[in-house]
Amino acid sequence: MGVLRTHTPRNQERSGVVDAIKASTRRFLGGFFRQADLADDTDMFASGFVNSLFAMQLILFVEAEFAIQVEDTDLELDNFRSLDAIARFVTAKRAAADACDAEGQPDAADRTTVS
Amino acid sequence: MRLTEQQCRDRAAFRSFVAKEITPHADQWDEIQELPPALVAGLAARGYLGALVPTRYGGTGMDAVTFGLLNEAIGYGCSSTRSLLTVHAMVTHAIARWGNEAQREALLPGLATGDLVGAFALTEPGAGSDAGAVLTNADLVPGGYRLTGTKRWITYGQRADLFVVFARCAGGLTAFVLDRDSDGLDIQPITGMLGTRASMLAELRLRDCTVPGGRLLGRVGFGLAAVAASALDVGRYSVAWGCVGLLAACLDVSLRHADERVQFGRAVREHQLVQRMLANMATSLEAARLLCHHAGCLKDLGDPTTVTATWTAKYFASCAAFRSAADTVQILGATGCGAGHPAQRLLRDAKIMEIIEGSTQLQQTYLAQAAYQAYRL
Repeated sequence: MGVLRTHTPRNQERSGVVDAIKASTRRFLGGFFRQADLADDTDMFASGFVNSLFAMQLILFVEAEFAIQVEDTDLELDNFRSLDAIARFVTAKRAAADACDAEGQPDAADRTTVS
Repeated sequence: MRLTEQQCRDRAAFRSFVAKEITPHADQWDEIQELPPALVAGLAARGYLGALVPTRYGGTGMDAVTFGLLNEAIGYGCSSTRSLLTVHAMVTHAIARWGNEAQREALLPGLATGDLVGAFALTEPGAGSDAGAVLTNADLVPGGYRLTGTKRWITYGQRADLFVVFARCAGGLTAFVLDRDSDGLDIQPITGMLGTRASMLAELRLRDCTVPGGRLLGRVGFGLAAVAASALDVGRYSVAWGCVGLLAACLDVSLRHADERVQFGRAVREHQLVQRMLANMATSLEAARLLCHHAGCLKDLGDPTTVTATWTAKYFASCAAFRSAADTVQILGATGCGAGHPAQRLLRDAKIMEIIEGSTQLQQTYLAQAAYQAYRL
C-alpha cells in the first residue's frame, strides 16, 4: 500500500514541493554550512554554529522565500532544526494559510516592513 | 539615492520639524542632561513615535527607508532625541513582531500616540556586547514570573512607561514587557556620561519584581534569537541613519566655519589640508547614506541580507561619524572645543555611536565572518 501511495499524482506533487523547499533552503544555508555537512536531517542547532543573527536571517529567509509569516507561536526549535523540519513547517503553514483563504479569513497581521 | 515623491515630502517635513523644534535646543538639553516632555509630545503628535506601529493599531506604519530618513533628520539635530526614537522603535517593533494579539491590542495604540514610551532593557553591568551573558533571572511563579537582577545604561529609562526586559528563564533568555510601576522595580538615573547626555539613562534594579504571565513576549528561550535579534537590527539601522545625520551636521558646521574664518590672510577653506578633511567628510556622508539606503531597501523587500547590510551601514557610518566629528573640532579649533558649541557635542555623541548597538570591534568580527559566508569559504 505504501508503494502505491507514493505513486499517486497528489503525493508526487507534494514530494516535489517538499524537495523544492529543501533545495532553496539548502542554497540559503550554503552561506553558513558546508554543503557536504548538511543532510536533510542534520540538526543545525546541535552543530554549535547557530547564533541569534543566523536564527534571525533564517526566519527572514523562510518568510520571504515561502511567503509565510512566522508567528510567536511558531517559535519552536523543532520547526527550524533541519531541512526536513523546515520543509514540514513551511508545508504546514501553507496548508493553514490555504485553509484560511478558503474560509475568507486573514492569515497574517498588518505589519510594517522593518525586519 | 532614489526616493519616492512621498519619501521626499516626508523628508522635508522631518527636516523642517527638526530645524524648528530640535536643533536650536540640542546644546541646552545636552547641558541639563534632559529631554523636555514637550519634545516627546511633539514627536508623538507627528506620528514619529508610531513610526513602526502598524496602521491597524494606530501607528504610522512607515516603510524602512522613510523610517531611516526620520532618523537621519533627528540625528542631524540631536543624537539624544534620536536615541529616544531608537529605543522606542525597538520596543514597538518587538511587540508588533513577536507579541501576541492581546499584547498588540493592549500596548501598540498607546505606544503609537506617545501615551506610552518604551525602553529596551537588555544591557547589564556584565552583559554588553555579550548579550548572552545576561544574569537577570526569571522564575515561574503563580500568575506570572518573578524577575531579579540589574539592568544598566537603559536609554530613556528615567521616564519610560514600559520596558522590554530580558531575563534568563528555564535556562534560556526570555523577553518580558514590564510596567514602570511594577512592584520590585527601582529606577535610578545615570548622569555624567560622555555623550548623548540628554538620553536620560537609568539603572533598573529588579528585586522579586513580578510580571504577569500575559507579559511574556514571544516564547520562553527565544528572547535573544527572535525578540532581541530583530529589535537590535532595528536599533542598529536607526543608529546608522542617525550617524548619517550627525555626519551631515559635522559637514555643515565645518563648511560654514572654514568659509568664514580667515587665517594667514585667506579663508580656512582655501588651505589644502583643511580641504582634505572636508573632502573626506563629504565623501563619507554620501557613502554612509547610500549604505543605509541600501539596507533599508532590503528591509522593505524582506530580504534576509538586510541583516549584514545593516551591520555594514552601521559600522561604516559610526566610524565615519566619529572621524568626521573629530575633524570638525580640528577645523574649528578652540571655537569647537568651547562649552555649549555643537562641535564638541557632536564629537562626544559620535563616540557613543561606535559603542552602542554593536561595538566597532563586534561589527568587525561579524563582518569578517559574513565575508567568508558570502564567498562560501
